[in-house]
Amino acid sequence: MSKRSHITTTINNESVDFLCEPRQSLLEVLRDVLYLTGTKEGCNDGNCGACSVIMDGVLVDSCCVLGVEAEGSKIETVEGLSSKGELHPLQKAFLEQTGMQCGICTPGFLIAAKALIDKNPRPSEQEIRHWLAGNLCRCTGYDKLVRSVMTAAESMAEV
Amino acid sequence: MHDFEYCAPDSLKEAIGLMATHKSSARLLAGGTDLIVLMRARRKRPELVIDAKHIPELTELKINQEGLSIGASVSCRTIYENDQIAESYPALVDSTSLVGGIQVQGRASIGGNLCNAAPSADSIPTLMVLGAIANVVSDRGERQIPVEEFCVAPGQTVLEDDEILVNVTVPAPAANSGARFLRFIPRNEMDIAVANSAAYVELDETGKNFRSARIAIGAVAPTPLFVEDAGAALTGKPISEESILNAAVIARDAARPINDMRGTVEHRLQLVETLTKRVLNDAVKRAIGEKV
Repeated sequence: MSKRSHITTTINNESVDFLCEPRQSLLEVLRDVLYLTGTKEGCNDGNCGACSVIMDGVLVDSCCVLGVEAEGSKIETVEGLSSKGELHPLQKAFLEQTGMQCGICTPGFLIAAKALIDKNPRPSEQEIRHWLAGNLCRCTGYDKLVRSVMTAAESMAEV
Repeated sequence: MHDFEYCAPDSLKEAIGLMATHKSSARLLAGGTDLIVLMRARRKRPELVIDAKHIPELTELKINQEGLSIGASVSCRTIYENDQIAESYPALVDSTSLVGGIQVQGRASIGGNLCNAAPSADSIPTLMVLGAIANVVSDRGERQIPVEEFCVAPGQTVLEDDEILVNVTVPAPAANSGARFLRFIPRNEMDIAVANSAAYVELDETGKNFRSARIAIGAVAPTPLFVEDAGAALTGKPISEESILNAAVIARDAARPINDMRGTVEHRLQLVETLTKRVLNDAVKRAIGEKV
């Protein structure tokens, strides 16, 4: 077995070190090593976006990143969205607008939507739909998700 | 995934040495959106994975009067978010903004798209019509390979086991020139081309005649196909429905598509003709300064 590497990262603004084998994806590290199980495994081949995280400011599928590649990087996962017990505006909007049903795609959508709003604080409906094309939801039909993101963007712009 | 070793060299020299030693048992990792997926599916089983994202020559994006140089591990998103590329090479934006979804675009590289050598690759026809050169290195020396000669079969390239694709270089756009890439898929994003087409045109000073043209098509042959004759047929011809249709028919006749889950032979032939007409018309518009 290949030697495990010691990897130093910042996850949700906290310094996090972990040991991992080269063959472990960042998704596996997050879930199975660090027990950050908010990030979900869907297709595990870069199609569904359930494992979306923000890595050094770039939205990526964590199933298509090796854990060892995360050395020195800054990672944002769904666990980092709320602060001090207060839900993030996106989380509130998803609850209020029922932007979810079974919930497995929800963390990926939340993180993808955060990456969009970080870049473009007032996205149009079309921009939201285009941006979220890499996230699959088999329940909602997307309308409620898109509405949730629009509502969250509006409420964040008001603050 | 199978067990493998990982290293992240920070110099090209070190990477060349590793490839010379490990040859076919090593694979270079750029965005991982193909390699990691293929390793998980057990279709690729390298003993050593060499991360190509810490090698300066492979991560550099340079644009100047001579042209454009894109390091092999530069991501699609870095390319299409670059204002200078959008201004001078909009066809590259057409291509790179269509690769997968946002998550994939943030990692997938132009070098990976080229080395993966998919018949349907979104960036390869564009690189072909722009006259891009793949710059390759190994401990035996350097090679410059025109992109139209790079892919030899589905998933196969001219690269030897020890060679590294360093970057692709694209000449500066000529005066009165324009290029365009389009693909057909049943939805608007996150899909693989049923067929695609790219065109580059150079017009004369009047803007009414073609000086030269280059056309390439994809997902209709075992490799992306540079159709030299289709472009050559436009040399000196007036810009007209007739001349454009003629070139599109030559492109269609060069296609050798298959029937599969994404489309039939008949559908693909029709698509390749239609897409080629459209990319030629759009390339002309870009050449005369219109936005497409």
